[in-house]
Amino acid sequence: MDWLKIASGIFLVAMFFMILPSAKKMVQNSPKGSSSDWMGYILPMAAVVLFIVLLIALV
Amino acid sequence: MQMNTAVTRSHETILQTNKLIRNTYTLLSMTLIFAGVTAAASVMMQVGHGFAFGATLVGIGLLWFALPRTQNSAAGIPVIFGITGLLGFGLGPMLSYYLSINPSIVMLAMGGTGAIFLGLSGYALTTRKDFSFLGGFIFVGMLVAIGAMLLNLFLGIPALALAVSAAVIMIMSGFILFQTSAMINGGETNYISATAGLFLSILNIFTSLLHILGAFSDD
Repeated sequence: MDWLKIASGIFLVAMFFMILPSAKKMVQNSPKGSSSDWMGYILPMAAVVLFIVLLIALV
Repeated sequence: MQMNTAVTRSHETILQTNKLIRNTYTLLSMTLIFAGVTAAASVMMQVGHGFAFGATLVGIGLLWFALPRTQNSAAGIPVIFGITGLLGFGLGPMLSYYLSINPSIVMLAMGGTGAIFLGLSGYALTTRKDFSFLGGFIFVGMLVAIGAMLLNLFLGIPALALAVSAAVIMIMSGFILFQTSAMINGGETNYISATAGLFLSILNIFTSLLHILGAFSDD
């Protein structure tokens, strides 16, 4: 394993622990979404997926 | 009298929101152009992986430690340009690699990222929906993606790397909706931190899309 991989691994672990407190706070304080709220998220995500499939077809 | 006060306050809130959105998109455009220039410089200088990784580390270091201390003052502007410039510079070796195998992939990833960002921002701005419920989902998703990236450093499974790239696009797309809705609904009031969040989303979508398109390319 080269040093770049080791450095990347250390960087990812550091990033994990930097994000962890924010993630805990977000999970505790985020309001619960209703099914219509989630539909409002799923529909644009479906559009993003279809768009990426189109881009892959163009490559 | 009370009604007049309420109307004035509401009018002021709308003006502040519009100012925040205008400042964020202006700063975002300038930082994206700057990152593009530093990325082009990095490609032309044929910077090595180690140097590019170092630039990325310094950029992330500024993001974690300098930006939170300066984002409420004018000092936040050079810091955000420093972060975006260094992160752009860090893309050099990756861009050189994809430009050498098929330059159209880079153009397609750039255009695709722009279209995804404009589409999602437009969706959040026009519907004015509150996406604050996505906060926990996005941050847990980021932790899972980092865990999978870490695991794949040792396993080296190409399919897992592609799955992580696809997941990162979905998480960062959600983050664009979350951040834009926070700007509209009052969860975000600082244009420098809003710019940093949106810039990172765009950068991650671009690199992930580049990886996916590169994997599916015939070259």
